Amino acid sequence: MTTTLTSHRSRPPAQPSTLKAKRLPAYASPAIAVAALLVAAALVLGTGVGGPVLVVVVGALLYLAGLFAAATRVEGRRSARDRAWSALIHSAFVLAVLPLASVVWTLVSKGVERLDGNFFGTSMNNIGARDPQGGAYHAIVGTLQQVGIATLITVPLGILCAIYIVEYGRGRFAFTIRFFVDVMTGIPSIVSGLFILAFWVLIVSPVFNDGRPGFSGFAAALALAVLMLPTVVRSTEEMLRLVPAPLREGAYALGVAKWKTILRVVLPTALPGIVTGVMLAVARAAGETAPVLLVAGGGAAINFNPFENNQSSLALYVYQQAGDASKYAPARAWTAALTLVALVLILTIAAKLLARRNRLSR
Amino acid sequence: MGETPQRSAHAGTGGNPVTEGHERPAGASARVAEAPLRTRTPDENGMGGGGALPRAKAFGAERAFRALALAAGTAVLVIIAAIAVFLIAKAVPALRANTENFWTYEGWSPNDSQPKFGIGTLAFGTVLTAALALLVAVPVALGIALYLSHYAPRRVGTTLGFLIDLLAAVPSVVFGLWGRDVFVNPVRDFSAWLNEYFGWIPLFGGDGPFGRSIMLGSLVLAIMVLPIITSLSREVFLQTPTMNEEAALALGATRWEMLRTAVLPYGKPGIIAAVMLGLGRALGETIALAMTLGITFGISFNLIQNGGNTIAANIANAFGEANANGRGALIASGLVLFAITLIVNITARAIIYRRREFTESAA
Repeated sequence: MTTTLTSHRSRPPAQPSTLKAKRLPAYASPAIAVAALLVAAALVLGTGVGGPVLVVVVGALLYLAGLFAAATRVEGRRSARDRAWSALIHSAFVLAVLPLASVVWTLVSKGVERLDGNFFGTSMNNIGARDPQGGAYHAIVGTLQQVGIATLITVPLGILCAIYIVEYGRGRFAFTIRFFVDVMTGIPSIVSGLFILAFWVLIVSPVFNDGRPGFSGFAAALALAVLMLPTVVRSTEEMLRLVPAPLREGAYALGVAKWKTILRVVLPTALPGIVTGVMLAVARAAGETAPVLLVAGGGAAINFNPFENNQSSLALYVYQQAGDASKYAPARAWTAALTLVALVLILTIAAKLLARRNRLSR
Repeated sequence: MGETPQRSAHAGTGGNPVTEGHERPAGASARVAEAPLRTRTPDENGMGGGGALPRAKAFGAERAFRALALAAGTAVLVIIAAIAVFLIAKAVPALRANTENFWTYEGWSPNDSQPKFGIGTLAFGTVLTAALALLVAVPVALGIALYLSHYAPRRVGTTLGFLIDLLAAVPSVVFGLWGRDVFVNPVRDFSAWLNEYFGWIPLFGGDGPFGRSIMLGSLVLAIMVLPIITSLSREVFLQTPTMNEEAALALGATRWEMLRTAVLPYGKPGIIAAVMLGLGRALGETIALAMTLGITFGISFNLIQNGGNTIAANIANAFGEANANGRGALIASGLVLFAITLIVNITARAIIYRRREFTESAA
């Protein structure tokens, strides 16, 4: 014991380099990578089991193993583990960026093909399989009307529901509502479509419609409203909770009634956040295909009346054109997809920028 | 760790009321919603200001507004109940007409005069594709989230995080279109390669054609849920208290050890929530799978041969030519899907609510 102590003490004062643990030299990592790739190429191409993709995959695995081994020798086990995880996390990132970048690239490169005035000015009425024209005007009209009606339904209902949860609700009942709002966020869009199909299209609307099921844009709006409601409630609720209590207390102290405090003080303060939430919900609803497919009917002609006859929507149009046998259909599908993504992204970006300027949530 | 404001139950409510009018002082606001308040009698919603305030009117604006809010809150419960009721109402006649066992029959021909349809294969396909998608997506998504929150330079992390949020908003029909037109080619090549060298494993057996398979469907699904899981878990990782991270580093932990001991345990409820939300989305995904799976009926674990089907994809595909009974059958299958997702969601929410640290950010 004493000997080791003295030996420690008798060591010369440590230079800065010995304070740090031994590190792999900076060139080690690229060197291992090159070696791994070469070995992988020799292995894969030599045995002929695969192409360049397999070389990269095997090379990555070999690199990981080689790096781990080298780091274990030089730097110790803990550091080696750190390096291995770091490499894994970086490669996860690369792995995920590849398909997502491919989606974006395909969308843009294939989408510009039909990006012309004709596409935005005409419908699919009287467009046969051999006609290269045809557009999405009717679908854009449908999307805007359906999402607009859904927003008109959802916003008052959602905000009132959030007000109940935050301002009035007490005890078990409010907790139950809050819990089921959360559960409702997880309802699949197709189920909401089936619900409106069973409730509105097959049971209620035949009453006004001579007993025939009434597929319409309004039915699609109802289905979208079911999907938007929980999103609006949740975001409004979060914003209302962020309103500082002194604001409310000040209003109460001046003798303002509670309902007036909520309408005049709490809601205006939370408004930017609420708008953000609503825009995100609208963006999500605009991209939904399944409910519209089930209840809107999806016509080819322009229909400005959402309460009567079939309507289409952009998302449904993409789906229909993708399944169409015409050789001009894929181009139309991709251009419509690009339009849809542009619409959704503009809404989302605007919402996020608004959220960034919001004083409450920062 | 809990961010929920903890106030004592009596801080705002006043233990001993001095006068009748002061029982509930101003600003006993929503933040103490959890505090057990005494149920109030109608005439004590005075806002402070002394006992001289007029008594509350029986039918004033306050009560009307309150009733309106209550009605809106109740509407949520009514909608969820109505979904179940109307689906059941339309499903029961079709189920009565079914001449085969609804749970075990492998096939879907509800439009015949002798309707035959079964949910077994569809439910199996739904669970299989969703499980495979999560198996692929969760590790990758957590990796990206860790990269964006703790490895990437701050500016890169913020920008890429914003882009990932945007990708989460891309509609599923776009992913479906991409999977069908573009992604199917590499997957077909990969399937053929797997079949050649690993064909002895039943998962990769069979003799083609390959491409529009469960593998394609679940990979597209994985790519779709990836941004959702990433953006949620990235947010949670960013919320880790800096003190915890610095304490780990100061004790000599490497970066990975810091992540493992400080960041991951802190973010665990958030990760569970994100995964569950991803699972819910994957189970209910319709259009992308309807466009990528090669619709077949039959229970098979073969991942690479054309085939596969899910409840939601089947609804989208079979709806066009469904008659009244066919619609009823599809609604019955939707009811099963609703039940599955409801169970998953309620379980997830119950987990999250039990660990209250994360109640606010799981949107």
